[in-house]
Amino acid sequence: MTPEPFLGATDRTPVRHHILSVLVENKAGVLARIAGLFARRGFNIYSLAVAPSEGNARFSRVTIVVDAESAPLEQIVGQLDKLVNVVAIKDLAPRDALERELLLATLSVDNTNRREVLDVAANTGASIVDVNATSVTVMLAGTPGACDQLEKALEAFAGVELQRTGRVALPRLVQTATA
Amino acid sequence: MQLTGAQALIKSLEQEGVDTIFGLPGGAILPVYDPILDSSIRHILVRHEQGAGHMAEGYALATGKAGVAMVTSGPGATNIVTPIANAHMDSTPLVIITGQVATASIGSDAFQECDITGITMGITKHNFLIQSAHEIPRAVAAAFYLATSGRPGPVLIDLPKDVSQSTMEWWYPESIEELDLPGYHPEIEVNELAVARAVELISQSERPVLYVGGGTLKSRAHLDLLAFAERTKMPVVTTLMARGAFPDSHDQHLGMPGMHGMYSAVAAIQKSDLLISLGARFDDRVTGQVSSFAANAKIIHVDIDKAEFNKVRRADVALQTNVASALRALDAANATPQNLDVWWKEIRTWQERYPLVYDEPTTEGPLRPQHVIEAIAKKAAPGTIVSAGVGQHQMWASQFWEFEEPGTWVNSGGAGTMGFGVPAAIGAKVGRPDRTVWCIDGDGCFQMTAQELVTARAEGIPIKVAILNNAYLGMVRQWQEMFYEERYSEVYLSADLPDYVKWAEAMGCVGLRATTLQEMHEVIDQANQINDVPVVIDFRTDSSEKVFPMVAAGASNDDIMVHPLLRGDAQ
Repeated sequence: MTPEPFLGATDRTPVRHHILSVLVENKAGVLARIAGLFARRGFNIYSLAVAPSEGNARFSRVTIVVDAESAPLEQIVGQLDKLVNVVAIKDLAPRDALERELLLATLSVDNTNRREVLDVAANTGASIVDVNATSVTVMLAGTPGACDQLEKALEAFAGVELQRTGRVALPRLVQTATA
Repeated sequence: MQLTGAQALIKSLEQEGVDTIFGLPGGAILPVYDPILDSSIRHILVRHEQGAGHMAEGYALATGKAGVAMVTSGPGATNIVTPIANAHMDSTPLVIITGQVATASIGSDAFQECDITGITMGITKHNFLIQSAHEIPRAVAAAFYLATSGRPGPVLIDLPKDVSQSTMEWWYPESIEELDLPGYHPEIEVNELAVARAVELISQSERPVLYVGGGTLKSRAHLDLLAFAERTKMPVVTTLMARGAFPDSHDQHLGMPGMHGMYSAVAAIQKSDLLISLGARFDDRVTGQVSSFAANAKIIHVDIDKAEFNKVRRADVALQTNVASALRALDAANATPQNLDVWWKEIRTWQERYPLVYDEPTTEGPLRPQHVIEAIAKKAAPGTIVSAGVGQHQMWASQFWEFEEPGTWVNSGGAGTMGFGVPAAIGAKVGRPDRTVWCIDGDGCFQMTAQELVTARAEGIPIKVAILNNAYLGMVRQWQEMFYEERYSEVYLSADLPDYVKWAEAMGCVGLRATTLQEMHEVIDQANQINDVPVVIDFRTDSSEKVFPMVAAGASNDDIMVHPLLRGDAQ
């Protein structure tokens, strides 16, 4: 399998963004502790995604895309690591990260442009997940860049209601010679 | 054994060896106040919750143990926020217990409800909102472990009323593993590679300075420091947070660096080629303008907290460990600088040319505040503990008192909390009843927390308070004089309102006043003979006195202003 092209940094992402994959104890207020820390230290969060981790109710994984222009990454990681509920931090440079994001968008459609919407979806790899007489909902799970492309393509349509999840990431696998 | 949550809390505190709680009861914490009656723990009833917090800090700074304070929910909890913030800035180990409304009422704007865990998230090392009585022992054990290990700090336990009223089967964690802290690993192995690089930098150095911070006291490294400094002959400076970590009487001690530091300490840092930071954090009051701070120095930065590295100043070697371990590792590796004779010769020149000075005292007064401090120090028993508020008097106390051992200087550093002095002195005296405790205070500070002298009198805690009464918020006045063209705005307090002697007497203390030189000596002698009740002395001092040396805020340390008596010399 050929390594996937690097599409991590998009035009909407700060150039020096980094992805922190943070394992935290699944306790009340942990997210507030993280958000509060970023706010009071003046670190910028670009996106943030949280979910229980690894089938274990005890821990959650928080994927934070941080703006490393707002503060040195070392400071951000060092301060974050001091939170008692933070168990482990993996710092992923964009190049080393496999990033994915999910985009959902509902568009108003009529008979004149229904075809166009379907074409955009087909061209960007998005799928149609819901329809009614006046609207259609498309979904794309892909790289942040692909989501950017779809979002841009949808600008041509009226009545777009769009939601992105923010990215999740894991380290890219190291490519080894196959036997 | 079945216990109520309240009983479990008190029993847990006993398990942790707590001998004193500073606190004030109220509705939500009421259940916990019942088992206190049956406990061996001494409870000190304060008059304001802020007093409880600062007393716990004074206790912690004087003893090295965690200070414990307990208050009720809502305003009780918010009143102790200032001491928590203060302890957080100064890495002082505290365990604060707050009552909370019943779990079912949380979030309903119940009477005396406030989100104290939310409020203190940014100013505690950690905090807990207890959900069931079974959790209490673990939370208390974890709180003490967190507060006192690694980089120490305040930990808060918020205890809902129904939890303290419910019952549990008594247990207590027997190991650190049982504390359930998977993200907390305070023990750091010394990195041998970093030590080797530090040794190399030291071996090349001709102008090193040991920049000693509060972490040296926290890791009880004063003897390691003494041994290391004497072997290597390096000059030592001690920050405001580290006074007492190295004897002031020691020949290698240059004193305090920073905004109001000794000229020789500031100059030595500026001209150094190697700064070895031992548990210091390059605070703006020490560095002045960062870009010109010790501009030609390499930095060896020792800290238990890795987030301090490269925060203000890039380190050439970052050694993450406690100061004691670092000094032992450097000693074991026989880290030795170049011959320092030339360096010392230069330093001695600065010391001779720019000593600490103040204007000649006048017989009739007003008194020189520096002279008052020197006079008290001269007549004080060895090992006397000194607390201070924040402002001019604090700087003079740090400059003119000679600190010889750890735990004798109790002060508010990072937060700069006015009103710290009186309650902190009370806490220090409770922790070290064998020692004399003097609070060097300002008139502005005294008015903020003086009511705790009622506590001191009621509980039999005989501290001595010296108010350097210059009728002004002195440090602000100094800035307005120097930087705002003598436009004095809202800094005048009056020397006579309140009448400090009557106020002291009303609080059950001995109140004394000194205006002339002779009175100054008399009242100090009188105060030294009183050991059963607190004494308050109103020293009438000269309001025009300013703290020198001074580096203006944000200015370069190279632009240090010396006392007018020393000006005219080339700086």
